[in-house]
Amino acid sequence: MAIKEDEIEKIAELARIRISEGEIGQVTRRIAEILHMVDQLQAIDTHEVEPMANPLDANQRLRPDTVTEDNRRDSFQAIAPATENGLYLVPKVIE
Amino acid sequence: MYDKSVAELSQGLREGQFSSLEVTRSFLDRIAALDGNLNSFISVDEGAALRAAEDADRRLAAGDATALTGIPVAHKDIFCTEGLRTSCGSRMLDNFIPPYDATVIHRFKRAGAVMLGKTNMDEFAMGSSNETSYYGPARNPWDTQRVPGGSSGGSAAAVAGRLTPAATGTDTGGSIRQPAALCGITGLKPTYGRVSRLGMIAFASSLDQGGPMARSALDCALLLNTMAGHDPQDSTSSTVPAEDYSEGLDRPLDGLRIGLPSQYFNEGLDTATGERVRAALTELQSQGATLVEVSLPNSALSIPAYYIIAPAEASTNLSRFDGVRYGYRCQDPVDLQDLYSRTRAEGFGEEVKRRILVGTYALSAGYYDAYYKKAQQVRRLIKQDFMDCFEAVDVIAGPTTIGPAFALGAKIDNPIAMYLEDVYTLAVNLAGLPALSLPAGFVGGLPVGLQLIGRHFDESRLLHVAHRFQQATDWHLRAPDTIGSEAAR
Amino acid sequence: MQLEPVIGLEVHLQLATRSKIFSGSATRFGAEPNTQASAVDLAMPGMLPVLNGYAVACAVKFGLGIGAQISRRSVFDRKNYFYPDLPKGYQISQFDAPIVGRGNFEISMQDGSTRSIGITRAHLEEDAGKSLHEDFHGQTGIDLNRAGTPLLEIVSEPDIRNAAEAVAYLRALHSLVTYLGISDGNMAEGSMRCDINISLRPMGNATLGTRTEIKNVNSFRFVEKAIHHEVERQADIIEGGGNVVQETRLYDADRDETRSMRSKEVANDYRYFPEPDLLPVVIDEAYIEAIRGELPELPTEKRHRFREQYGLSNYDANVLSDTRALGDYFETVVATCQSPKISANWVQVELLRQLNRDDTAIEHCPVSAGQLGGLILRILDNTISGKIAKQVFEAMWKGQGSADEIIEQRGLKQVSDGDQLETMVDAVIAANATQVAQFIVANEDKRKKLIGFFVGQVMKLSKGQANPQIVNTLLAQKLK
Repeated sequence: MAIKEDEIEKIAELARIRISEGEIGQVTRRIAEILHMVDQLQAIDTHEVEPMANPLDANQRLRPDTVTEDNRRDSFQAIAPATENGLYLVPKVIE
Repeated sequence: MYDKSVAELSQGLREGQFSSLEVTRSFLDRIAALDGNLNSFISVDEGAALRAAEDADRRLAAGDATALTGIPVAHKDIFCTEGLRTSCGSRMLDNFIPPYDATVIHRFKRAGAVMLGKTNMDEFAMGSSNETSYYGPARNPWDTQRVPGGSSGGSAAAVAGRLTPAATGTDTGGSIRQPAALCGITGLKPTYGRVSRLGMIAFASSLDQGGPMARSALDCALLLNTMAGHDPQDSTSSTVPAEDYSEGLDRPLDGLRIGLPSQYFNEGLDTATGERVRAALTELQSQGATLVEVSLPNSALSIPAYYIIAPAEASTNLSRFDGVRYGYRCQDPVDLQDLYSRTRAEGFGEEVKRRILVGTYALSAGYYDAYYKKAQQVRRLIKQDFMDCFEAVDVIAGPTTIGPAFALGAKIDNPIAMYLEDVYTLAVNLAGLPALSLPAGFVGGLPVGLQLIGRHFDESRLLHVAHRFQQATDWHLRAPDTIGSEAAR
Repeated sequence: MQLEPVIGLEVHLQLATRSKIFSGSATRFGAEPNTQASAVDLAMPGMLPVLNGYAVACAVKFGLGIGAQISRRSVFDRKNYFYPDLPKGYQISQFDAPIVGRGNFEISMQDGSTRSIGITRAHLEEDAGKSLHEDFHGQTGIDLNRAGTPLLEIVSEPDIRNAAEAVAYLRALHSLVTYLGISDGNMAEGSMRCDINISLRPMGNATLGTRTEIKNVNSFRFVEKAIHHEVERQADIIEGGGNVVQETRLYDADRDETRSMRSKEVANDYRYFPEPDLLPVVIDEAYIEAIRGELPELPTEKRHRFREQYGLSNYDANVLSDTRALGDYFETVVATCQSPKISANWVQVELLRQLNRDDTAIEHCPVSAGQLGGLILRILDNTISGKIAKQVFEAMWKGQGSADEIIEQRGLKQVSDGDQLETMVDAVIAANATQVAQFIVANEDKRKKLIGFFVGQVMKLSKGQANPQIVNTLLAQKLK
């Protein structure tokens, strides 16, 4: 299935990446090539094969419920683009 | 001084032949003189390196030294370093100074190693040539018109160019092994879960693994001793005890069974490279190993499976780069959507954006089963192929790459061609296995690598085989005569 | 056409852990902004989640509490979307393989009847931070203290038919989770938040109508109001021949209305997939049995026992088993005074009234259960009347001592001495000749009322301390 520009635009919106008018053609072409390449998987019979999310098939360890973190707000916010009164600032969020 | 191995430096430091300060200065001088041609470092912190060297010298004098105390090491710029910019090769993190150390960095510091600086890499480790770096490509010391490989290209170039005795790298689909092969050094990608991923900026969580890059297997073993071990802060970190990887490297190879997958010696392999790899295998045979034909029938599927799984995981791992809490933020966003979409459009490079889009697509409604789930199923088939082979052999061997280093610019405009560069390395990550690349000879003056793949947690055996090979050969000792404009001087 | 509402609730329950679900940050409420947000909570590069074992234990407790299936293997997934209060750009949640599967929940209605509400599933997830919209030069401030707080999302089947059932379900749930000790249930601090899925269909119709989802309703009263409002709104649309639009709505408590959240209407595609930074959570039989062993008596069990053991009415048993602390208090009172009936009355009427008035939790009640039992003993042995007992209770509430001390100090002991009472009765008869004259000619009904008047006068004279039974007998004799 060849992907179309409007689909790429939708995906780019989901991924929050602006793509300019000028780029969209080439971006679409290259992604179409990649999708064409990965499409060879569709021919493989994977009936009853359990998907493998982790190469070791290991299980989750559980952490004790203890507080181990101190307040490091100052050092974390020293590298933030915009803060005020201890809050991170973003353009107004409209609910 | 700069031509000494980690093992030699370690011995010399403890015997008092030279100080860490002297060793560190000599490498810093070399970086200052030559890195203009190699571009293998993104950041060098001379002051911190010299202070660490002084601390190491005090530790050495006090008799409180480890094998790595006072040894200069360079770290891939994907490992977070407290107080030192960690860019991940991206404009997105060009201004990012982490307030914490990665576990790997912490372990090196604890061992008393001296951090020279942070090495160049493909942006967010996405690339096989180092050309996607925001800081421009690192160059191959054997021919600076060629790529060093990637994504750990800066680490490979720095080790090969003798700008550091050793370095760290990360390997998601071949990012340690391929540049190691193309630069003529030894690089080990450990078993998934062997080395902590905490503080190592994630590309594809279920594939990423940090590992050592150095000139020899012995040096890699010394580094791995420091890097390996359980980290309770990484849920995917293994609790299998780490070993002393430098132990017993000299044992003979008698009885070793080496599997040669037919799929790794196919028409895609450069003929001369294939010959060097076969010659290397003959050497191992002469030391008592048996060569056995094996098959990895699903190995061709590793490329499509990888190029779904890795971008899918990456697409969401990289969502945190949104211009709110750290890193790049676009100028004067008009609203929230503008902040997100422009920050990410401007902060990420082309290849990273491409993979985010592919991954977003593969996970999106209606495509999940056809892409992501399918790839995870194929992943199990690929792992099973290896498990079947390891019933009959102890190690699987083949070429690391399809040929020697290619010219800068040769593949950067052709993503698919670039992806095919990793045809022999991707499957290992999908299966979570350890694998090592070591110098196997030269083709047209450029190094090529032999890849050894082991069972889960069998790093010792890979290092053992590689060490025995290096005892009988000198490919790993060869250094480029001149580096770039040094030749013109 | 008679329309029937079909309602399902999704409750987000904040679990009572000390630290967050995936990091070692504190979960304390009300801290200064971003002082409880660690590198993991802030999604700093390279940071990784590690699962809090107590959060898992809480979820398993809940599952056992409703007799649900506990998944031996559950999986965390990433739910991907961009929002400033979601630092990673995804929420770690559970999608395909939740930790708690299907279960059932019995709720008790006001009229004493019971209903069974199906629980579809309950899964663990992390909370998001908070957006503060006060004006920061036209910008929004983000506080990530709450990001990573463990939540159990409890999803009900669409088994609820009206607002009263919804509230009864939430009350029962609140009671269960506080019994289990897995949540403080503090609604004001957002420990229990509710999304309401609601649709209407013609009575008797099996297919569901188009539903709307009302987000984030955080009190029982608002749930009731929001459902009333939304049922009415949808009924108006359907009866007017229109179609309900599937959408997310917000309940505005100030205006008592629901309105569409247009900003959320951008088609969301959450791209769920297994969280690769976490591994599957596998729990075995031994783990489950160990947790089963820790379970306290549950509200339903306690309610049944209160009815059996103490002969309480359905209503009383319900009220008194509402919280573990109240049930325990009641049982200590009974143990002290041996009278379940009077204990039930005193706890429900006087005690709860005072607690409500002072907005005090039972845990901080100034009168201990033993003290209240002591007071009831004095009623039972006729030392004081019920009326005086209320005065004594007031004094006890103010910390003025035990019942006996207060009775003693204030001389509140009931007067049962015949001579003393006779003198008072005589004085009252003498002072109220008119009423006595009326009494003589009055019929039975009128006489009863007048006796009441005379008793009242004697009580007044005795400052309430006269034993009313003896006064009654004396009056009957004297007025014959």
